[in-house]
Amino acid sequence: MSLSRTIDTPETSGGLGQESAPRLHVLDLDDFSRDEIFEVLNSARGMKEVLGRDIKKVPALRGKVIVTLFYEASTRTRMSFEEAGKVLSADVINMSASGSSAEKGESLLNTGLTIQAMGVDTIVIRHPHSGAAHLLAQHLDKVSIINAGDGLHAHPTQALLDLYTVQDKFESLEGLKVVIVGDVLHSRVARSDIWGFAKMGAKVVLSGPPTLMPPDLMRSSKSMVRSPFASLVEVETDLDKAIEGADVVMALRLQKERQHAGFLPSMREYIRRWQVTDTRLGLAAPSAMVMHPGPMNEGIEISNSVAHGGRSMIEEQVTNGVAVRMALLYELTIGPGQEL
Amino acid sequence: METESIVIRRVRIIDPSRQLDRVGDLLLGNGGIVAAGRLTADHIPDGCKVIDGAGLVAAPGFIDLHCHLREPGFEYKETIAAGSKAAAKGGFTTLCAMPNTDPPIDNAAMVEFIQQKARQESVVRILSIGCVTKGRKGHELAEMEELASAGVVAFSDDGDPVYDANLMRLALTYSLDLGLAISNHCQDMSLSCNGVMAEGPVATHLGLDGIPAAAEEAMIARDIALAEATGGRLHVAHLSTAGSVPLVREAKLRGLSVTAEVCPHHLTTTDQWVLGRKGEPSIEAGRLAYDTSTKVYPPLRSQRDVDVLIEALAEGVIDCIATDHAPHDLTSKQVTYQEAAFGISVLETALGSLLQMVHANKLSMGTMVNRLTTGPAAVLGESYSDLASLQPGTTADVVLFNPEQEWTVDPSEFESKGRNTPLEGITLKGRVVGTFASGNLVYQSPDLKFDQPHVNP
Repeated sequence: MSLSRTIDTPETSGGLGQESAPRLHVLDLDDFSRDEIFEVLNSARGMKEVLGRDIKKVPALRGKVIVTLFYEASTRTRMSFEEAGKVLSADVINMSASGSSAEKGESLLNTGLTIQAMGVDTIVIRHPHSGAAHLLAQHLDKVSIINAGDGLHAHPTQALLDLYTVQDKFESLEGLKVVIVGDVLHSRVARSDIWGFAKMGAKVVLSGPPTLMPPDLMRSSKSMVRSPFASLVEVETDLDKAIEGADVVMALRLQKERQHAGFLPSMREYIRRWQVTDTRLGLAAPSAMVMHPGPMNEGIEISNSVAHGGRSMIEEQVTNGVAVRMALLYELTIGPGQEL
Repeated sequence: METESIVIRRVRIIDPSRQLDRVGDLLLGNGGIVAAGRLTADHIPDGCKVIDGAGLVAAPGFIDLHCHLREPGFEYKETIAAGSKAAAKGGFTTLCAMPNTDPPIDNAAMVEFIQQKARQESVVRILSIGCVTKGRKGHELAEMEELASAGVVAFSDDGDPVYDANLMRLALTYSLDLGLAISNHCQDMSLSCNGVMAEGPVATHLGLDGIPAAAEEAMIARDIALAEATGGRLHVAHLSTAGSVPLVREAKLRGLSVTAEVCPHHLTTTDQWVLGRKGEPSIEAGRLAYDTSTKVYPPLRSQRDVDVLIEALAEGVIDCIATDHAPHDLTSKQVTYQEAAFGISVLETALGSLLQMVHANKLSMGTMVNRLTTGPAAVLGESYSDLASLQPGTTADVVLFNPEQEWTVDPSEFESKGRNTPLEGITLKGRVVGTFASGNLVYQSPDLKFDQPHVNP
């Protein structure tokens, strides 16, 4: 697979928001155009330069207020948004479900309305239920909503940082083979990554236990109506076959509860069939990179030596996450294509 | 009952009890049908009120085998009073109220409570369905004979299935000499798990747990086997999948006592509606996705399911249309899709949505009326056949509707307390103009105009 290709990148001033109304919310990548994704990735490149400075502070979002509203535990996503906001000089308020009025039974909608009434500009929300960000976007009319992970549905900022990380290394995403391995059924990262990589012209192959694939992707019946994903991906449950010639191998977190829920006979069998190991990586392209959205279960979905080996981009992903979130916060608050 | 005489002139009379569909006059008086057909002036009593029925259809009032009136226990969602007004506005004159109230309708005193409330507050006939099991808990049979003596018309633990197979077998057997059907909410919980919408493309896209069609079909297959083993009367509540149809068809061919109902929303809407774009397919989920007004059990399915259900309804494999009217308060729906309550408020939109099939020539007007009247009446039994007839001497339960009138669904105008409908903003064609229950005009739309009272020459 050729790695040197010219990037069909529009000029920085174009893309996002040129023809349609400026984006208000980031709910998933399914409604991002290819140009809009390019725009964010380009903008993130500038942001990464800011992060490399001695004094990591620009006044771009001075006077803006960002609330991170997290109903689930998180280390990297939350800190990443907080750092992104602070580097851009926004005021960032962190709110967790525990210790807040959510514990007293306040509904998500009422919490959202309360936060809006305080005059904040952006709410970054993570919630265990799919569509939680949509609920806020439907009922709140004065704030931007960024989805930082909703149930099994989407994690668009993770997908954007994944795209950035891959593009950074391979220059273009066009024609790359991306293999996503593991519990696709329960993975919001996988769903957003499928949209992102497919929109950017990569070939996405899913691998993992048949019980942990969306049912409509496992069935071959032609008469069946299939999800939009069906036209965007291939499924190859045999990881050794799937990984052949891959440019990107992404291991998904496997929750140990899946075994108890009956999806898997045992962790041992999962490890044997789907762990990303050095041996398996030998079947991928020589330049292949390994990714993981974190947090990792080392020794389950990924071996220790792969996780910390030369092909691992896992820490790079985290660094890029801050830059990508800076880009998104900036674009949503200030508007697209503005100079920093 | 003393009610004044009313004649509806030049109306299209559809009386499925005698396969009648022709234009004529319908004379109501003293709570009953006095005459139906071409009436000469001297057949009409002096001073009789006159409605010009030109362009309208008169049919027996609709019978709903399956609705949730929420009283007692959930009066903030619906009441017998509000639900009955919603029924009248939708053309229904008989409602069978499901017993999943709090406390549930599992003894004679509870049935009497409902009936007393109905006598005081309802504008239409309310029949009660009794629980199959004590407390709807699925462990021991309720006192089914006591319930039958108190007047229940069927048994159901609706909202939940009778999950234990042996208990279902015993219920079918025990009700043999009571002559009443067991209406089962077919849902194999071990398959539906945490599902909130139909398994399929939209569920995959939105990351919502899917309910496979097999969750319904497996239990229908089980129930049919039990009906065969016991000779009991099985009624399949809210049948919703293409795969359930051949099971019921087969059972009927084998001569089993099996009937089935289907809901208007399963005939007219699909899982695409969860995307919040009123059924328009979309590659993007977007801000409007996760429309909780589409959350219902059984879930909205694929277009193929819809097509097969319509055929089965036309063919008669599915005996009747039931609304599964499930009103909810706003708070129960203004939450995430996962947290939202299951159910749609259906009574006031049923006719308009069902007529879509008639306008599209997928179902004849006569068949639609049949499935809303004689179909459900047959499930209730011989003694209720009068309710589905416009023959002289029968009860004057009559709906008068304009099949061509277009209107836009605005839930704020609902009589029901439940405004939870995915049809908000949708334009439907066909609306009730007037509803008579036992000869009383219990609903009258602004379009219903009386002519000068009849004067005999």
